[in-house]
Amino acid sequence: MTLSTATLPSRSLRFNPGLKRNRTDRLFTAIAALFSLIAVLPLVLVLIYVLIQGGKLISISLFTQLPPAPGLEGGGIANAIIGTFLVTLVGSMIAIPVGVGGGIYLAEYARRGWFSQFIRLGNDILAGVPSIICGVFVYSAIVATRLFFGQSYTAMAGGIALAVLMLPTVIKTTDEALKLVPQELSWGAIGVGASKFVTITRITLPSAFTPMATGVVLAIARAAGETAPLIFTALFSPFWPEGLFNPIASMSVLIFNFAIMPYEAQNALAWAASFVLVILILGANLLARWIRRFTSS
Amino acid sequence: MTSTLNQPSTSGTLPSCLSLENVTISYGSFEAVRDVYMDIPRNRVTAFIGPSGCGKSTVLRALNRMNDLIEGCSLRGRVVFDGQDIYAREVDPVEVRRRIGMVFQKPNPFPKSIYENIAFGARINGFKGDMDELVERSLRKAAIWDETKDKLKESGNALSGGQQQRLCIARAIAVEPEVILMDEPCSALDPISTLKIEEMMHELKKSFTIVIVTHNMQQAVRVSDYTSFFNAEAVEGGSGKVGYLVEFNDTERIFNAPVQQATQDYVTGRFG
Repeated sequence: MTLSTATLPSRSLRFNPGLKRNRTDRLFTAIAALFSLIAVLPLVLVLIYVLIQGGKLISISLFTQLPPAPGLEGGGIANAIIGTFLVTLVGSMIAIPVGVGGGIYLAEYARRGWFSQFIRLGNDILAGVPSIICGVFVYSAIVATRLFFGQSYTAMAGGIALAVLMLPTVIKTTDEALKLVPQELSWGAIGVGASKFVTITRITLPSAFTPMATGVVLAIARAAGETAPLIFTALFSPFWPEGLFNPIASMSVLIFNFAIMPYEAQNALAWAASFVLVILILGANLLARWIRRFTSS
Repeated sequence: MTSTLNQPSTSGTLPSCLSLENVTISYGSFEAVRDVYMDIPRNRVTAFIGPSGCGKSTVLRALNRMNDLIEGCSLRGRVVFDGQDIYAREVDPVEVRRRIGMVFQKPNPFPKSIYENIAFGARINGFKGDMDELVERSLRKAAIWDETKDKLKESGNALSGGQQQRLCIARAIAVEPEVILMDEPCSALDPISTLKIEEMMHELKKSFTIVIVTHNMQQAVRVSDYTSFFNAEAVEGGSGKVGYLVEFNDTERIFNAPVQQATQDYVTGRFG
């Protein structure tokens, strides 16, 4: 019996780059890096292209003037900027209270049970519905029926279409954010004699504020850039907005309309509008991150 | 079933604060603890001891209807407080919890300032008076005033674990309940914080009735006047074990001269 001979060769502790495991390691790291580069490439290219094409058209008049009539030069997209803000505001005013309320109901009042499961499922399906279908739905429900004072296309209808689009995101983030609040916290409040309402409004909701606010801001940012639900609800208007119950211009529809026009001035405005929209959405995302960092510190 | 089960346990002539009458608590169709009779005396510290899964925390939570928050949990029998069955239909559980406060195993201060942690309960219960004075008084009673008086505006989460737990006790005291339930309040704390809380409990029992669940038998000996020993046993045809009250008596008697063999085995560490 010679137990003294080792069955494995004794190796040095020094790192050996030529070993097979180290070579495959490097290979797969390189492949992963390559794919992640390809993944961010479209994002970077789109951003750069829009910033270059649109950035050079930025001027004061862009934010103060109406689009020119076909064939004329100059002009701006002021009406579309106001319109986007207005329509998104209407959408938010509907989607945030309804969505936050629904999320609170799901997370705090109906944690389980078939009804809340049904709502959650429905909500997930609604989140996956293509935005153009939201538009068609609002078109047939509100625009075609001339629900608002006999008007067909209205800013209000556009806002409602965006609200339908935002609703699932707001409900989902509220629901998830509230479920993340540790149960001990609400027990603490209930243990000192707080009612369910006081516990939710004073303890649970403030604790879940950050993820909720982030989700809401992202939902708004997404809605602000939507085109499909607005094309046949808010339509478009080359004029200044005339209240909520008339057709209204918006940046996304302006891009859609002007980019395919055979006039250079309109094409340029489409680029400029793309630039403004991208900056706005970028800003909203940064705001969401800022909320997260600001409140967590 | 052993003969110990339905033996009514009383604590002599002391006025009782909370009475459990034939209480059985179930989660769904599973009975967690069965047929508990107990009279918890006023202005004393009563400890619940027993092995894990014997239902002592479940019984504790039943005393201020905290079990209402657990889905499927139901109670049979009566829990009488202030002459009233707190499980009666017309009783408001929020009102019950205002008069029977609770401190939990894990310190759970609200993510607010120390001051607001104390003021919260008082404010929602309609306290009108000198809030600063109430905050100071509550923090003093919980033996944490000296450590926090200079940083009342700081977040309760910035305190150490032991300080957080004392803050939670101060928070419970601030609403001036009659009973304070403590569910293993020291299990997450170091020995020095534990000692501080135990010392404080001796002061607190002058104004409150205290019920404490503990896994630490030395702690039960140190802090409690009365001890109830819970045990669990397998039932025929059942899947799990069912808890029951074995013995309830003076702490001294429980630890030195218990009536039941099971108690004797448990307190001397000869428990299987």
